[in-house]
Amino acid sequence: MSMDRIRAIVAQTVKLSKDISDISDNDDLYSLGLTSLTTVNLMLSIEDEFDIEFDDNMLSRQTFESITSLAEAIDELQD
Amino acid sequence: MEALAQRTFEDIKATLHKLGTDVVAPAAILVDQDARFPEEAFAAFREHQLLSTYIPQEFGGDGLSISQICELCRILGSYCGSTAMIFAMHQIQVACIVHHAGGSEYFRQFMARIHSEQLLLASATTEIGVGGDLRSSICHVDVADDGNFTLEKKAPVISYALNADAILVTCRTNAEAPASDQVQVVLNKGQYELEPISGWDTMGFRGTCSSGFVIKGTGHKDQIQPMPFSQILAHSMHPVSHLTWGSLWTGLAQGAVNKARQSVRDMMRRSNELPQITATRLAELDEVMFSMKGGLFSALEEYQDILDSGNLFRAEKYGFSIQVNNVKTRCSEMIVDIISRAMLIVGIGGYRNDGKYSLCRELRDAYGAALMVNNDRIRGHNATMQVAIRES
Ligand SMILES: Cc1cc2nc3c(=O)[nH]c(=O)nc-3n(C[C@H](O)[C@H](O)[C@H](O)COP(=O)(O)OP(=O)(O)OC[C@H]3O[C@@H](n4cnc5c(N)ncnc54)[C@H](O)[C@@H]3O)c2cc1C
Repeated sequence: MSMDRIRAIVAQTVKLSKDISDISDNDDLYSLGLTSLTTVNLMLSIEDEFDIEFDDNMLSRQTFESITSLAEAIDELQD
Repeated sequence: MEALAQRTFEDIKATLHKLGTDVVAPAAILVDQDARFPEEAFAAFREHQLLSTYIPQEFGGDGLSISQICELCRILGSYCGSTAMIFAMHQIQVACIVHHAGGSEYFRQFMARIHSEQLLLASATTEIGVGGDLRSSICHVDVADDGNFTLEKKAPVISYALNADAILVTCRTNAEAPASDQVQVVLNKGQYELEPISGWDTMGFRGTCSSGFVIKGTGHKDQIQPMPFSQILAHSMHPVSHLTWGSLWTGLAQGAVNKARQSVRDMMRRSNELPQITATRLAELDEVMFSMKGGLFSALEEYQDILDSGNLFRAEKYGFSIQVNNVKTRCSEMIVDIISRAMLIVGIGGYRNDGKYSLCRELRDAYGAALMVNNDRIRGHNATMQVAIRES
C-alpha cells in the first residue's frame, strides 16, 4: 500500500536521525532531519513513484512534514 | 495615560516624526561615532509608549497592524539606521509572541508587561558553530523535574544585549534533540549572565551594539514558547524580519534621496543652472527607489492579507517564502545602489564625514543589509524552492 511506498522513499531521500521503522506516521519529519534541500528530492521522488505533479499551492512545509500529510497530498492529487 | 490608549495611527506617526527630528537624528552622529546604544531615542520611545505599538489593545498596546509597524520602521530609517534597526528587531520578537503565544498565561502576562514596563526585547538566534542558519541549534534547554531550566548559548552577535530587558534565545528542545528540533525561550533581565566574547567595532549599524556573548540563563519552563520554533519562524519571524528590515532600509534610502534632491536645489539656487545630467540622475534614482518600494509593498500587502485571514499556514507556501526572500535580497542590494547614486549627485559633500549632505553613515549602514542573514544563504533557499515551483 502507499504508506509503505512513502516510507521507503522517505528513508531513501532523507538523512533521518532515527530508523524509519521507529518513526510514526504523524512524526514531524522536519525535526527528524528533513531540510528544505531534501524536501525537493523527496518531492521529485514522490512525483516519480506515484506519477503525479505537486500543485504550487501544495508546496509548503505542511505538505511534507509527516508521512500522513504526504499520503493526504498524494491522495488529493490522484483523485 | 488614558489619552495614549486612544491615540490614532496618525498621532503615532506624528509623534515618531517629532522624536525623529528632535531626538533621533541629532544623536545619530555620536551614536555612530562612538558605536553606542541610542539611549536618548529609546528613553523617548519608552516615554511615548512606542515599544508596545504592536501589542494588542487588550494588553494595553496600540494593536497596530504589521503594515503600520513597517511604516514606523520606514519613518525611523530616514532619521537613523541603527535606531530603526533596533526598533525593528524589537518588533520582530514582539510579533513572534503576539502571533503565537496568546494561549499561554505566562506570555499573556508578558505581553502586558511589554506594555506597562515598555520592555525592549533582543534576540539570540545566531550561534557559534552554525552561523546564520536559523534552523539549527547546538545549544539546548535543560528542563529539570521541578520545571526549572538552564540554558547556555555561544552567540557571536546579539544586538543591544546589554540594553535589553529580555532576550529571546533559540535552542534545541532537549539534550538529545536533533539540531532542527528547536524552541524559542524568553530570558528576563536578572535571569541571565552575559560573558563577552567579541565587540562590535563595525563598518555600519554601529549603534546596534551587536557584540558577542556567552549567554547563561535560568528560568521556568513556562518561559518556553509553546509552539515549535520552526513554525514561529515560518509564520512570523521570517516574513516580519524581511518586511521590517526592507521598510527601514527603504527609509534609509529615502533619506539619502532627499539629501540628494536638497543638494540639487541648493546648487540651482546658487548658480541658477543645473547640469542636465544631475536632473537625469535624480530621475533615475527615483526609479530605483520606486522598484524597491514596489517589491516591498506588494509582499507586505500579501502578508497583511495572510494575517487578516487568520491562516498563517499560508506563509509557509513556497511562492510566498520566495517573495519575502526577494524583498530581503533585492532591498538589501538596492539600498547600496541608491545611496551610491545619491552620493554621485551630491558630490564631494556626500563623501565628507561632516556637513549636512554627508552620506557616509548611510552608505556604511547599507552594506550591512546583505550580511544580516547572508544573501547567499537566502538565495540558496530560494534556489531550492525554485526547483520545486512551476510558476512564480
Ligand atoms: C547589524 C546586524 C545585527 C545583527 N543582530 C543579530 C541579533 O540581534 N541576533 C542574532 O542572533 N544575530 C544577529 N545578527 C547576525 C545575522 O543575523 C547573521 O546571522 C550573521 O551575520 C551571520 O554570520 P556570518 O556571516 O558569520 O555567517 P554565515 O551566514 O554562516 O555566512 C558566512 C559565509 O558563509 C556563506 N554561507 C554559509 N552557509 C551558506 C549556505 N547555506 N548557503 C550559502 N552560503 C552560505 C555565506 O555566503 C558567507 O559567505 C546581526 C547581524 C548584523 C549585520
